[in-house]
Amino acid sequence: MSAPLTNAPVVRVEGIVTRFGRNVVHEGLDLSIRAGEIVALVGGSGSGKTTLLRHVIGLTRPAAGRVEVFGEALDAGGAPRRLARQRRMGVLFQHGALFSAFSVAQNIAFPLRELGMMSPREIDRLVALKLEMVEMEPAHALLMPAELSGGMVKRVALARALALEPELLLLDEPTAGLDPDRSASFIRLIRALHRELGLTVVLVTHDLDTLAQMATSVAVLAEGRIVSHASLEDTLALDHPFVARFFRGLQARRSHSHGAGAG
Amino acid sequence: MAGHALDEVFAAGAEGIRLAGDWTLRGLDERLPALRAALAAAPADARWSLRAVRRMDSFGALLLWQAWGGRWPAALEADDGQRAIIGRIERSAARALPAPARTSALDHVALLGEGLLAFGSHLAGFIALLGRFALDLGHLLRHPRDWPLLEISANLYKVGVKAMPVSALVGFLVGVVLSYLSALQLRTFGADAFIVNILGMGIIRELGPVLVSVLVAGRSGSAMTAQLGVMRVTEEIDALAAMGVSRGLRLVLPKVVALVLAMPLLVLWTSALALLGGWVSAWVELDIGLHFFLQALPGAVPVANLYIGLAKGAVFGFLIALVACHFGLRVRPDTESLSANTTASVVSAITVVILADALFAIATRSIGLPV
Repeated sequence: MSAPLTNAPVVRVEGIVTRFGRNVVHEGLDLSIRAGEIVALVGGSGSGKTTLLRHVIGLTRPAAGRVEVFGEALDAGGAPRRLARQRRMGVLFQHGALFSAFSVAQNIAFPLRELGMMSPREIDRLVALKLEMVEMEPAHALLMPAELSGGMVKRVALARALALEPELLLLDEPTAGLDPDRSASFIRLIRALHRELGLTVVLVTHDLDTLAQMATSVAVLAEGRIVSHASLEDTLALDHPFVARFFRGLQARRSHSHGAGAG
Repeated sequence: MAGHALDEVFAAGAEGIRLAGDWTLRGLDERLPALRAALAAAPADARWSLRAVRRMDSFGALLLWQAWGGRWPAALEADDGQRAIIGRIERSAARALPAPARTSALDHVALLGEGLLAFGSHLAGFIALLGRFALDLGHLLRHPRDWPLLEISANLYKVGVKAMPVSALVGFLVGVVLSYLSALQLRTFGADAFIVNILGMGIIRELGPVLVSVLVAGRSGSAMTAQLGVMRVTEEIDALAAMGVSRGLRLVLPKVVALVLAMPLLVLWTSALALLGGWVSAWVELDIGLHFFLQALPGAVPVANLYIGLAKGAVFGFLIALVACHFGLRVRPDTESLSANTTASVVSAITVVILADALFAIATRSIGLPV
């Protein structure tokens, strides 16, 4: 029941060019993400990973190129159609971006209320459910974002991103700032959602453990384009200076554990 | 709409209730009212089959769980994935959200007390800030090399030079209006020449400083509060403290000093333009020439009034900047607190300025008035 219905690309970007003043970030970037994939977007600092994510969300426009989400151009259709498309994706911003004037429960309830389909009782039930999914106590519901630790902010933000049952989940540094235990349960959660709902996930990450445990494929952003979009194994075999630097730790660990296994 | 028919997702028959299609937030969207009615009408002992359901999310599961009255039905056909999703609803139902605290009559009493305490804490905070400023000033007198000249100069430009156009416009127009209304009255008494006394005394001693204070409180006071507030939110103030840089010396003092220096100049500038506006109006209404106006002004307004006006400017500037910094440093890291403190800063600054103006009026009641 959870298998994606089609294998059409959920996100497709073509020929993206982005400039900040004289600084060219993307030069003719192409990337296509199929339904049901968990793609890790990796690249050096300032290589434009977050910018690419913002293009996909529609917060910024590239100077040139085409962004398609769910098979339609980002600006296709009237306002209701664009809104409906926006509601099919959930976004976890790097710093959570919780509404600081709302409590935790109100933050998660906000997109549900905006939808205008549910009774307050149902909204409360769903908020309780989302809180449980991200392993938060019901007692935390009344806290304000300023009272939360960094890891809790991340989890509440994920709960909010999941509120509208998105088909596409965009995560910017989801496990940065989480302790290893929380990070592991975060990964488990995303994988479970992926399994049950056939979610498509795009995540920007620097954390090799997150990447190795979650991603079904890795897209490497360097020199203003996607230099490789392949499985982790194939990416590790790639002969590219950035890949060699970035994955050095992982490669070392793998060969170490292989060696230990053999010996 | 044919595409949103209920029977695509819900069919009640002799052998029980068969669900089909997408039981997701988006899949059920259009047929939700009809579906809610159908679910509510389902018999309690019905057989439920979820075999034909393609996708189910927690919203769909919640609808079912509610239709089942919060219990698993006796006869249910569902696969493990569906049971897991519904199971999550069951678990979370046991962990209801705590209800937000309700307000009672006693809370209003508590609110009153809190208000009084808050006023006390504002007063204490303001006095502490004043003391800090005095200590910083003392430190600078002993260590002249520590003067934050760059910050003072930047602030001077921001609160002084950049405020000139708006204060000129407002001053000129207020002068025009004041002069026009006075001219109408004076003409009926044939006392045309006294327009110079009214404008000169009113603008130089009273209107100029207060007008500029209101403008500056709204313009620069709010900006100072917002700036310090955002610096608190983004932990910049903590970063300064961690480097051992005194926030009093680097953030508060330059703002206060700059405004104390800028305000008398702004008062002079605004009063001059208000007088110009007043003369334009007097010239049109009463045919008073510029030459006469300028010659009569020193006789009508003793020079002490100018000094009083400039002194008021400096004192008001001091108060506005301190009040703005006081509220800016009290901002807590959320948007609500930022907006509340910025509002409180402007309102308090204007109130404090008008209170101080009343004190000035009493203290200088025998100075500069022609007898």
